[in-house]
Amino acid sequence: MIEVQGLAKYFGRFSALRDLHLDVSDGQFIALFGRNGAGKTTLLRILAGLSRPSAGSVWIRGSRPGSLDARGFTGYLSHNTALYLDLTALENLRFYARLLDLSCADADLERRISRVGLAGRAREPVRNYSRGMQQRLAIARAFLHDPAVLLLDEPFTGLDREGTELLTNYLDEARSHGRTCLMAIHDVPLGYALADRLVVIEKGGVALDLARKASTLEEFQRRYRDLTEEC
Amino acid sequence: MLGKVWAVLRKDLLIELRTKDSLNAMLFFGIVVLVVFNFALESLRDSIRTAVPGVLWVSFVFSGTLGLNRMFASEKENSCLQGLLMAPMDRGIVYLGKTLAAAIFMFIAEIAIFVCSLIFFNLTVWSEIPWLILVFSVGTLGFTAVGTLLSAISVNTRMREVLLPLILFPVVLPILVNAVEATNIILNGPDYRALKLPLAIMTTFTVIFGTVSYLMFDFVLED
Amino acid sequence: MDLTKQKKLDAFLLGILLIGMILALYMAFLGAPRERTMGDLQRIFYFHVPSGIVGLLAFAANFVASVMYLIKKDRKWDSLALSAAEVGVMFFMIVLVTGPIWAKPVWFVWWTWSPRLTSSLVLWLLYLAYMLVRAYVPDPERRAVMSAVFGIIAFLDAPIVFFSIRWWRDMHPSAMIEKGGIDPAMVPAFLTCSLVFLVLLVYVIRRRLFLESARVELERLERAANLVR
Repeated sequence: MIEVQGLAKYFGRFSALRDLHLDVSDGQFIALFGRNGAGKTTLLRILAGLSRPSAGSVWIRGSRPGSLDARGFTGYLSHNTALYLDLTALENLRFYARLLDLSCADADLERRISRVGLAGRAREPVRNYSRGMQQRLAIARAFLHDPAVLLLDEPFTGLDREGTELLTNYLDEARSHGRTCLMAIHDVPLGYALADRLVVIEKGGVALDLARKASTLEEFQRRYRDLTEEC
Repeated sequence: MLGKVWAVLRKDLLIELRTKDSLNAMLFFGIVVLVVFNFALESLRDSIRTAVPGVLWVSFVFSGTLGLNRMFASEKENSCLQGLLMAPMDRGIVYLGKTLAAAIFMFIAEIAIFVCSLIFFNLTVWSEIPWLILVFSVGTLGFTAVGTLLSAISVNTRMREVLLPLILFPVVLPILVNAVEATNIILNGPDYRALKLPLAIMTTFTVIFGTVSYLMFDFVLED
Repeated sequence: MDLTKQKKLDAFLLGILLIGMILALYMAFLGAPRERTMGDLQRIFYFHVPSGIVGLLAFAANFVASVMYLIKKDRKWDSLALSAAEVGVMFFMIVLVTGPIWAKPVWFVWWTWSPRLTSSLVLWLLYLAYMLVRAYVPDPERRAVMSAVFGIIAFLDAPIVFFSIRWWRDMHPSAMIEKGGIDPAMVPAFLTCSLVFLVLLVYVIRRRLFLESARVELERLERAANLVR
């Protein structure tokens, strides 16, 4: 359960978010749409606990975002991979597993690395990886502790067709396990296909919020276009 | 908790072992400073031993500042800090791991710089070495205890790493004054009993700022 | 406190200040006795030392405001911290300027590296560093947090700085030893000047705080205006 009430975030004169309300039930899959600068990244960062709200209240499963409890069940993935370029894939995952209190044997980690299609390159420094490969490893890192709440900010950036399929598989699996997910995404058809709830953020607030079942893709695209072309 | 501090420390040591970026820069810079001082203090040629404490610690501080800057600059790359921030642990653990890493790097650089100074300035020190190691260690810990916090602050400002020396040097002045005096007492001074006070002040400094930095680190860390 | 009460208090303080300054000048130049060795030059002491005391009080205020901001996260504390730091820097500049003016005729050097003067210099540098931190963090909320942390560090550092320098001076004594005690006949003038400077401190901080609060309010209004567009 995620409860966002009257959330506002200022950066001096500029308001990134104003009076945002959003309630998410467990197991829901939300696609966040919106123009650049609409506030999607800010919202996700606040939910992850990486940024503090200027006003309003946010609760994730009864905890404050960024609290010790919340960090234990939250997974965050953005287009910044948070990977140490001079360590190998295995060393990166080993490090994060240690911080997440997971006792993963190397064999287990290597299996995860294979799963994202990087088998055989587990002991190379991440610096040698292409952008797409780094993003895949970042996916493995984000899902390391099988978080109950997934916060993804444009996770498909830099992924080729195979990588996109891979991430889609991960998300389908997460959904079947009842995980909650908020994903900011630019690709409208892809977001529509993956989510069961569509939310459009505009000018720092929720401008549109409907269940996927309530609208066809074309209808949604039309309404989205109308909304964002208003100015 | 100690296990996680070790994990953070180990990660930084591992990266450094592989790239040797920080250590190379720190060593090189420290030695260059020694050479510059040699030219600057030519007139003290005969009594250079009196100037050595000051020269050493200036070199250490410049070198250490370089190391501190690297500490968080490498976390900014790829937003690695995000990964640390999302880990379910007290953020002070990052502080402890980073401070220890910075102290270790700085200490290694100090030993190398010191050995070079023995060669450059024709010094003989044998019985003094254990005492020197003590003073170097305490001074380094104090320096990095507050330096890690200030590095985390400066790396998030518009001037980034350039700001660190500006805000760090006034704050670590007590360490500098006491460390130079202590080194002077060991190398040139009357007797070792006078070491009690500077060591006490440096230790107090380290304890106070180590604790305060640990407690306030959460406020300062951000991506 | 609403605006009219604020204005009344400021006007009242200003009144006391004007009278007090005249009284202080009289006491320092005419009321207090002439010092035996330094003559009239010594009268700088009545402005040099109170400036230092008042500057320290300003930095203490910065410390308290910084701690309160980190606890309460209320912008008002940040405005107070900034105001106190700026005013403290100003008073320490008075100390650093009057110091050499006093030293040159007496000891024939501009700077004596005495514990008091040196500590004043380092403190001044510490709070200038505080201003630098503020200058280079663009986001107001982050700026408030970072500078509060640095303000706390700076204040905790100050006593250690003072003791270190004093001990260092003991190890390397110089010929220029500053006089310790104060002649009882000089006490009234000293107290008058100290009190007047204290009122000055409060007044200037209040005015600076008013300015800063107006800026914060302007920011809030600009934010609201941006939304309407």
